[in-house]
Amino acid sequence: MGGMNYTAVESTKMATAEIFGKTLVELGEKDPRVVALTADLAKSTKIGDFQKRFPERFFNMGIAEQNLFGVAAGMAKGGLIPFASTFSVFASMRATDQLHTDICYQNVNVKIIGTHGGTSFGQAGSTHHAIEDIAMVRSLVNLKVIVPADGYETANAIRAAYETEGPVYIRINRGFDQTVYTGEHYGFQLGKGVLMTEGDDVTIIANGSCVFQAIQAARVLEYDYGIHARVINLHTIKPIDREIILQAVEDTRRIITVEDHTVLGGLGTAVGEVILDSGHACAFRKLGLNDCFSAIGFHEDLMHINGIDTENIVKAAVHMMQHAQVVEMESGGRVVKAVRFEGRDLEAEIDWTDEV
Amino acid sequence: MALTKTEWIELEHKAAQLRQLTLDTCNWAGSAHMGGALSSADFLTLLYHKYLNFDPQHYDDPDRDRCIVSKGHIGVILAALYAQLGLVDKEDLKTFNLTGSSLGMHLDSNKVKGLEVSTGSLGHGSALALGDALAARVLGRPHKTWLLLGDGECDEGSVWEAAMATSHYKATDLITVVDRNHAMIDGLTEDVMALEPFADKWRAFGFDVLEVDGHHMKKLSQAMEQAMAASEKPVCIILDTVKGEGISFMAGDYKWHYGAMDSDKYARATEDLKEYEAKRVQRAEQEG
Repeated sequence: MGGMNYTAVESTKMATAEIFGKTLVELGEKDPRVVALTADLAKSTKIGDFQKRFPERFFNMGIAEQNLFGVAAGMAKGGLIPFASTFSVFASMRATDQLHTDICYQNVNVKIIGTHGGTSFGQAGSTHHAIEDIAMVRSLVNLKVIVPADGYETANAIRAAYETEGPVYIRINRGFDQTVYTGEHYGFQLGKGVLMTEGDDVTIIANGSCVFQAIQAARVLEYDYGIHARVINLHTIKPIDREIILQAVEDTRRIITVEDHTVLGGLGTAVGEVILDSGHACAFRKLGLNDCFSAIGFHEDLMHINGIDTENIVKAAVHMMQHAQVVEMESGGRVVKAVRFEGRDLEAEIDWTDEV
Repeated sequence: MALTKTEWIELEHKAAQLRQLTLDTCNWAGSAHMGGALSSADFLTLLYHKYLNFDPQHYDDPDRDRCIVSKGHIGVILAALYAQLGLVDKEDLKTFNLTGSSLGMHLDSNKVKGLEVSTGSLGHGSALALGDALAARVLGRPHKTWLLLGDGECDEGSVWEAAMATSHYKATDLITVVDRNHAMIDGLTEDVMALEPFADKWRAFGFDVLEVDGHHMKKLSQAMEQAMAASEKPVCIILDTVKGEGISFMAGDYKWHYGAMDSDKYARATEDLKEYEAKRVQRAEQEG
């Protein structure tokens, strides 16, 4: 399975960025303080819809991302609600100092829309793949980080960002995403993950374009292997939903994270931190780019090559089911339950015997 | 609007008071960015005590004029200025740079009442000021936005990104002021990274440029008034200044970008500032 080539086939009904553009216009109608900015990517990021409707509230900064973020911060200081849009790779790295100092340090009300996230602009090559953006922005104080799964969720994320005071980073894709929801009313809440499928064997935690792949994988696991996979769409990486993660650890003891991003510092790392901090043990695997740049190509092909498509998620889950077992073991004279994964015993019930 | 003789003399005393309070703060802290603070002292005095529509009692009035100090390392003089304006407790100046203080060498706008922005990473103020000016335009609440840049920070590309956009958006309510004290940390600007022809660079970016003696209140006030009246093109005022102006052993020495103070130096500097004030007042009396 080398990808389904939906980039070409179904592009008309799946334009996430278009939904972003329309939602922003809707907010602009409602609130005269909403302004839109870009750095010569009005058309590509679909913020141009806003430009057409409110030309006096649209500002193109030219190819100058530092200025884009600095001006947005100044506008927020002046009482506006700026939405600044550029490709994720530039939003996270081309003006990180402005993002850090002007936006986050001053905690101003700027909303950043990073488009063409992950490898979604696959043909453009590594200069345009945003595979480190979440790791970059997740570390910034005051910044909330959302990675919506489809157009409906993008609309919800944009509205939530508008309603939340302070800086927000929303990472969307190029615009050709599969839809995972049937509408906007499924109870989106900033900072709360969404349970997409029930299951008690293994949990797949994904965001962005990987949510669709994870749901597909859960179906394959159910029908072909009888494995009941829980799928969580963890759209907000910061603040993170600890509760939904720890419930999954307790219920399934097997966690797989999937992200269109390097495995260093993104969704998987964030989930791992929550688990480590809780003191609970589980079998854990991060799917994503393994400290390497991606090949060039169609997004769905790259998802396969990079091991984050349906087939690879299925493989990882089956492997984990085969190699991660809940076993009973003796600890301090008592029998406790533990998870054994790839020859390692991970203590499930903490019962330290060497405490002083 | 033009500066009267009485006003001029009064402003000279205000500037002298500001320089002394800045020196005192440096002395309490043990060290500070004195060079670039003193080169900006006269401009800041004229701006805050004459031209800026800014009432310290109502520092968050949405219609106030803004001053964005991009050369954020001169926090020591801004702290002294805000103390002079009553927005910082003078006693707090004694805690400058100390652990737990609300005042550090780069001031935090979330900790200092009435300070518009937090700067320190250079080359940021221009875009912030432009954003503020554009916000005033969108909201239909026009006010002036003053931007104070250091000359050294004009090495940063972001300054020119913002300059291009200021000109493109015809932001004439934004007045750019560059403290051209000719020095930066590692030496003279022309040795480290040449800026000349500096005024031509601003002109090429679409600005009307006014070059003025940054330590002459009368001439400076005329340039500021001219800039405030501009409506065709944005204006950049280049202040010809001396780093460390007013203190003999600092003036013109780039090493006083940041320097340490001790009791001997403090005593000498205090004497110097008194002499300097006398000379300045004398000039105001003669030329005013």
